[in-house]
Amino acid sequence: MTYAIEISDLKKRYEGGFEALKGISLNVEKGDFFALLGPNGAGKSTTIGILCSLVNKTSGKVSIFGADIDKDFAKAKQYLGVVPQEFNFNVFETVFNVVVTQAGFYGISNRVAEERAEKYLKQLDLWDKRNDQSRMLSGGMKRRLMIARALVHEPEVLILDEPTAGVDIELRRSMWEFIKNLNEQGTTIILTTHYLEEAEQLCRNIAIINSGQIVENTSVKALLKTLNQETFILDLDQSVSDDWHVDGYTTKLSKDLSTIEVEVIKGQSINHIFKALDEIGVNVISMRNKSNRLEELFVKLIKG
Amino acid sequence: MSNSEIFIAFYTILRREIRRFTRIWPQTLLPPAITMSLYFAIFGNLIGSRIGQMGGFSYMQYIVPGLIMMSVITNSYSNVSSSFFSAKFQHSIQELLVSPTPNWVILVGYVLGGVARGLFVGGIVTILSLFFTHLHLQNLFLTIAVVCLTAIMFSLGGFVNAIYARNFDDVSIVPTFILTPLTYLGGVFYSIDLLPSFWQHVSLLNPVLYMVNAFRYGILGVSDINVYMALVIVGIFIVVLFTFGLHLLNKGKGIRS
Repeated sequence: MTYAIEISDLKKRYEGGFEALKGISLNVEKGDFFALLGPNGAGKSTTIGILCSLVNKTSGKVSIFGADIDKDFAKAKQYLGVVPQEFNFNVFETVFNVVVTQAGFYGISNRVAEERAEKYLKQLDLWDKRNDQSRMLSGGMKRRLMIARALVHEPEVLILDEPTAGVDIELRRSMWEFIKNLNEQGTTIILTTHYLEEAEQLCRNIAIINSGQIVENTSVKALLKTLNQETFILDLDQSVSDDWHVDGYTTKLSKDLSTIEVEVIKGQSINHIFKALDEIGVNVISMRNKSNRLEELFVKLIKG
Repeated sequence: MSNSEIFIAFYTILRREIRRFTRIWPQTLLPPAITMSLYFAIFGNLIGSRIGQMGGFSYMQYIVPGLIMMSVITNSYSNVSSSFFSAKFQHSIQELLVSPTPNWVILVGYVLGGVARGLFVGGIVTILSLFFTHLHLQNLFLTIAVVCLTAIMFSLGGFVNAIYARNFDDVSIVPTFILTPLTYLGGVFYSIDLLPSFWQHVSLLNPVLYMVNAFRYGILGVSDINVYMALVIVGIFIVVLFTFGLHLLNKGKGIRS
């Protein structure tokens, strides 16, 4: 099977001795929506930097759709589109020129480049800004410009490094919709994000990297199955007594005694809680997870 | 990449470089036009009329080729050093590094961008000089060859400078402390025959002297040095600088971690 990305025993030691990657191996399937998660300094950006030739690896092997980045770098790069974490376009170029110029670097003729620039700038709501210097754009627009630029050569794999950092909720949602659509049309997506809730919602597979090592590499579903405990928050229609509890459960009451946090261990039923509340005539108005489940796992994994 | 794709990538870099220096023309094209007009007016006309002849020509005619060459050298060098360093500074160089464009195409694209500016400014200065004196070309082929090779050589120098530069000061140090003295002492304003024997020999170590004199020979037919020696020297510098520049790009010096 040819993977979209194959990484084998990848190591990176920076000048000065810092070992950013200690021999990571992972495969990303064609058409996958893959999340690469990890705390700051874990090695995510180094991995992505090596994939797109911005960082020189110390050792190991990386292939993109079977093309080795050392032996067949031009082919490997053709497959890849990159949306980096930091803005990295010429701020004095117009929006249109930023996209058309990038296409030129991939050997795409000016006519095709202009057609594609129009297509992607329209899809990303930037067409009205096409003649503006890119430095005049807002932060969210600059992010979208980098997505349009990364797509202009129509890559098979799109790598997004923290693409929604600093983007407001509404724009973040619309960007995810756009990227979800791309994935449905066959583009393999690899993303790093700090918004774990989104990784949980969007991604099929996930790798968690910590201190330069992969600590987990599995499907999001399989990962969530390993959760032993979840915390639910119940909002009540009236207060309970301050010593209210249910045997076998850890509960915590809010100050006004009308909200309960309940820890439910895997295999336990939450029905006992509802029953106990019903017996004292208290109704549950709403129920939610205390934090998203992936976040709990993430913290657990990186703490070892 | 196929040959046609490589050509498109090269043309894209060159077009972007030309678009850059023409967009900021008050910084790139206007200053050398004003400076050189002042040189022509003050050194050529006012002071030159009292100096008399040099090498069998009026002083104005004598300094025109040197001043054209000075503009070409300065502008081709600074175009590449400032453009490439700016791309490094604002990380837009990554647009090229993530693309399949081969390193030699990146180098050739930037260098020819510098050559384009050098020749463009050289053309402006030549036209301005015609308001002050008349010029007749002695050897068209040699003139064009020397000016193009010189522009290539200094563009390559600017590229190497930009690769090593870590801040804007590093970009200006070489032009200020090395390039300007070499140019002023490279026979732009005088024939080295006027110097004492010791300083004549020292001057022969200055590569700019060869380029200025070869260019002057192409226009006026007079030179302090063997012009073919000049072509060989420029050729060697180009090969060395191109190889070194490409080596730095392949290594990722200053642009890849």
